[in-house]
Amino acid sequence: MSEKKEYKVIGTRPIRHDGVDKVTGRAIYGADFQITGLLHGRVLRSPHAHAKIVSIDTSRAEALPGVKGIVTAQDLPAAEDKMADLGEGAVNLKYLCDNILASDKALYKGHAIAAVAASNPHIAEEACTLIDVEYEVLPPVLEVRQAMEPDAPILHDNIRTSSLGETGDKPSNVASHLQHKKGDIEKGFTEADVVIEREFVTGTVHQGYIEPHNATALYNPDGQLTVWCSTQGAFTVREQLAEILQYPISKIKVVPLEIGGGFGGKINVYIKPVAALLAKKTGKPVKVLMNRADVFEGTGPTPASYITIKIGATNDGKITAAQTSLVFEAGAYPGSPVGAGAMCVFAPYNIENVLIDGYDVVVNKPKTAPYRAPGATNAAFGTETVIDELAETLYIDPLEIRLKNGAKEGDRRADGPVFPRIGFIESIEAAKEHPHYASSNGKKYHGRGVASGFWFNIGLESSVTINVNPDGTVNLVEGSTDIGGTRASIAMQAAEVLGIPAESVNPTVVDTNSIGYTAVTGGSRTTYATGYAAYQAAQDVVQQMKTRAAKLWDVKEDNIQFVDGEFSSINGKEQQISFRDLSARLGETGGPVIGRATMNPAGAGGAFATHVVDVAVDVETGKVEILRYTATQDAGKAIHPSYVEGQIQGGVVQGIGWALNEEYIYNADGAMTNASFLDYRMPTCLDLPMIDTVIVEVPNPGHPYGVRGVGEVPIIPPPAAIANAIYDAIGVRMTELPMSPDRLLKAMGKI
Amino acid sequence: MQAFEYINAKTVSEAVSLLYEKGDKARILAGGTDLIVQAREGKRTLGWMIDIKSIPDVNELSYDSETGLTLGASVPCYQIYAADAVCNAYPGLIDATTIIGGTAIQGRAGVGGNLCNASPAADGIPPLIVLNATCNIAGTNGKREIPVEDFCTAPGQTVLEKGEMLVSIKIPAPQQNSSSYYLRFIPRNEMDIAVVGAGAAVVLDDKKERIISARIALAAVAPTPLFAEEASTLLADREISEAAIDEAAQAAQVIARPISDMRGTAEQRTHLVGVLTRRALNGAIQRVRDAA
Amino acid sequence: MVRKSHVQTTINGETVEFLCEPRQSLLEVLRDELHLTGAKEGCNNGNCGACSVILDGRLVNSCLVLGVEIDGKSVETIEGLAEPDKLHPIQDAFLENAALQCGICTPGFIMSAKALLDKNPNPTEHEVRYWLAGNLCRCTGYDKIVRAVLDAVAAT
Repeated sequence: MSEKKEYKVIGTRPIRHDGVDKVTGRAIYGADFQITGLLHGRVLRSPHAHAKIVSIDTSRAEALPGVKGIVTAQDLPAAEDKMADLGEGAVNLKYLCDNILASDKALYKGHAIAAVAASNPHIAEEACTLIDVEYEVLPPVLEVRQAMEPDAPILHDNIRTSSLGETGDKPSNVASHLQHKKGDIEKGFTEADVVIEREFVTGTVHQGYIEPHNATALYNPDGQLTVWCSTQGAFTVREQLAEILQYPISKIKVVPLEIGGGFGGKINVYIKPVAALLAKKTGKPVKVLMNRADVFEGTGPTPASYITIKIGATNDGKITAAQTSLVFEAGAYPGSPVGAGAMCVFAPYNIENVLIDGYDVVVNKPKTAPYRAPGATNAAFGTETVIDELAETLYIDPLEIRLKNGAKEGDRRADGPVFPRIGFIESIEAAKEHPHYASSNGKKYHGRGVASGFWFNIGLESSVTINVNPDGTVNLVEGSTDIGGTRASIAMQAAEVLGIPAESVNPTVVDTNSIGYTAVTGGSRTTYATGYAAYQAAQDVVQQMKTRAAKLWDVKEDNIQFVDGEFSSINGKEQQISFRDLSARLGETGGPVIGRATMNPAGAGGAFATHVVDVAVDVETGKVEILRYTATQDAGKAIHPSYVEGQIQGGVVQGIGWALNEEYIYNADGAMTNASFLDYRMPTCLDLPMIDTVIVEVPNPGHPYGVRGVGEVPIIPPPAAIANAIYDAIGVRMTELPMSPDRLLKAMGKI
Repeated sequence: MQAFEYINAKTVSEAVSLLYEKGDKARILAGGTDLIVQAREGKRTLGWMIDIKSIPDVNELSYDSETGLTLGASVPCYQIYAADAVCNAYPGLIDATTIIGGTAIQGRAGVGGNLCNASPAADGIPPLIVLNATCNIAGTNGKREIPVEDFCTAPGQTVLEKGEMLVSIKIPAPQQNSSSYYLRFIPRNEMDIAVVGAGAAVVLDDKKERIISARIALAAVAPTPLFAEEASTLLADREISEAAIDEAAQAAQVIARPISDMRGTAEQRTHLVGVLTRRALNGAIQRVRDAA
Repeated sequence: MVRKSHVQTTINGETVEFLCEPRQSLLEVLRDELHLTGAKEGCNNGNCGACSVILDGRLVNSCLVLGVEIDGKSVETIEGLAEPDKLHPIQDAFLENAALQCGICTPGFIMSAKALLDKNPNPTEHEVRYWLAGNLCRCTGYDKIVRAVLDAVAAT
């Protein structure tokens, strides 16, 4: 391994720049926004999971004093059945619009039907109850296998299965079928001494961010639309608004306020276009807030899935073939993350013969949305459980079998890409060497499990400008909304280049009129790509400042070097000036210095994680307790280690929730029966131990400091690791998520 | 939320007159942790909320080793478990008050409200049943007293008639060699509603080897919290043994009539009644034995 | 429409008067009438703790208190915690420990932690976890929050 670079700022743990605002309650989140003359909006939602909308009569609601305006799908421009490019992939515009306000059919309970603006939120809510909607109720279909049956209720008459370039000839709930092939799958299984094939089912889960969706919109008479909101990406909101409202992008300004969690769930828009329609109709600013039930029922969860995994290995533990069928629910409209699941399902292992089939299936549930490594957790639950069973069958340590088959630089994934330098092996070794793995865990009904995970990470566009202040500090302007400390991790990369402390960089997240295009905070891309842009913008500053130093000393620019925050002249006289001192002399050397950079970096590098968990099972009640948890992960280079640890710990705990209790529970009519934080059971701090983390640093060759995105991969291993630990504790293989107490009791034959 | 009037009543007679006058659109506001949510979610139609927290009678928290505990209807959980004498005398009640909601809920919610809300899954009710508690009810026609196990009649329904309110709960002083225990099963460790709850109180002989009498009560397995009378009677005058406790647990399972819902399945609940009844009985017995 | 009530109360040590409808919760009053938006709405039914404030010395969910109920009472909110030039030790501990990511739950956690330390100045890890169980955080996995509260104990 090459020698580690010494950094002054990178790898330290400064106080985050937005920290004081956030611990004093002063930070302004979306719902906190106030403006004179504000009206309040509420959305009426479908009580039925599947129904034709026969008529909507708003007259009684309009007559309620305090009601200022009502909108329905009629107020949206007629949407064409065409694909719209929204940066993160193309989306059918009609589906996009219908999900904002249903035009002809309600496709899930909670589907938005109409919205009211009123002088206060209580009146708006009351008015919603006075809107008369006539529905023709249709039978719902809620599960992918049922949705694939020939006689299943059909959600969309126009969907024909798109399968490997062919289009089906009759309406289907299977929107698409994809396939990745590598090698010869039959040959691979023939070479195997052991073949294990299992089926897995996972439930629908929600990102569970604590802040509900919110939007405040204002239309000016000059046609300018401004939307204040919390979002993972102001520019994607602008794009979606432009498409849905068929409105010029130049007339839309999106102002991102502080955001209270997203995890992928705050990329798609829901109430932002509704607020805009109400603002246009009333001529007043309108704030629309969701309540918690709206969030569960009216925004995108991540899909339930039905997965089969078949893996073969030789007696020495070498995997020879792997095959899977990934059937993911898309929700009401096509577009599940099955593609990402297919990219990740076997990616951690170098397997010669692979066959992956993925199916995107519509059901009467909310249109699914990304959730932290979308698709990969579902897939890894299957793969990592079968690998555990293979290791057990072959009497091989579960980490050893992963070491033996783990992907390395130069190995090719089944979906095509060849890995650059990656740190999977290092993450397994870190787990193996951790005291946790060596500790004894021999108590009755206690068990230990391990699992690994891969997430590809993304790059995409980021823009940064840096203005140099006369006191040697800089103002850094960026477009990446800060969900978890990225102001700090981005500012630190600029500070490192400029040779100034992190505290001397003032990062600000600005609106869509004030910075170049910047893609969403998602895909584990922000510290990587916006950080890279900050690095480049800082290099731009350095370059310009060199020119100023050259001017000051009347030497050639080529003769100026910049080391440790000092500009100096290489030859001639011994001249030297600090970044700070030179900052004070910009006026006399040509005026302000603004560094700028836009990036769309390709080398995101992949992230790998390996987790070890100890559990105790109460065999009388089926309850699983997490006793100890250790997560190792290749972060490439941890810019701010505390926030890398925080990402790992947060991801692990979301994975624990997914593993043990979280799921959408439906009744026979297709209504979610647990749409509250009371009954959608996310972990509390009393359910958990401390989460130990080991940051492994195998630098990403695609980033100047070696950064790899860290946010997503830690959610992937926990369900499988916990399933494997439960097996170790009680000898029962759990193949359905969540592994809730009643399912454990059933699996143990107690009920 | 629907519009309603708020009235801050100062006396029991004022509150019951208002209740009588306004009829079933008037509700008593104590801790509000259920009522405000139900009003907000439209589960109850409300015209008036009558706040009783300024009425001295409903704030009473007094314990006497001879006469027992008087617990005002609006006394919040945190005051109950802050009272050492109450903790020593009725540990089963304390088990419940420390698990109702989180600490912020316990700052407002009380056992009286838990009773009047009449949820089948109420954690506060089984301990009251096993402790032989009675309800002091006041109405426009005077006062009456009824056993806690007869108070709830259906989910959200109680014996309270027009113009009646719960003023306080009376728990007799604990007998020699007695103790109580309550536990519930929830998938998380906090913030959940009981999938099943079980409370037990036992009186042992001086050697602490025999059960003189026992009372068992269950939550979340029927339309109201249940007094498991037969299971309780089975243990009277029995040597403490695994077999005796198993018998009682089985008898408790027989009377459980659980439903399946988002919190648990009927078969899971029936199974848990057995498990929790055993644990509650063993817990109560252990407490007697641990006492000096 | 129901008539608004006049309420006089003490918020963060200052006498405050406002008008509100009975159906407005303390959380709504704080946020919409008094523009104290530090308390957040996460669930509006007492299950997330983002709206935690201290009412007459006791931790409550402000979404489960009516605005009219606080007449004559005293409320502490996140806005009243820091001194003009100095953060409260719990606030410092949250920053030092990186105990927040998105920060939406942070005011609730800090108020909850304050109520704990006011009552029990030396809690164990388990006591901290039990006390904070009514506050949901979806970002941190709670590890750094629990450490921050334990650190604040050491600092005070």
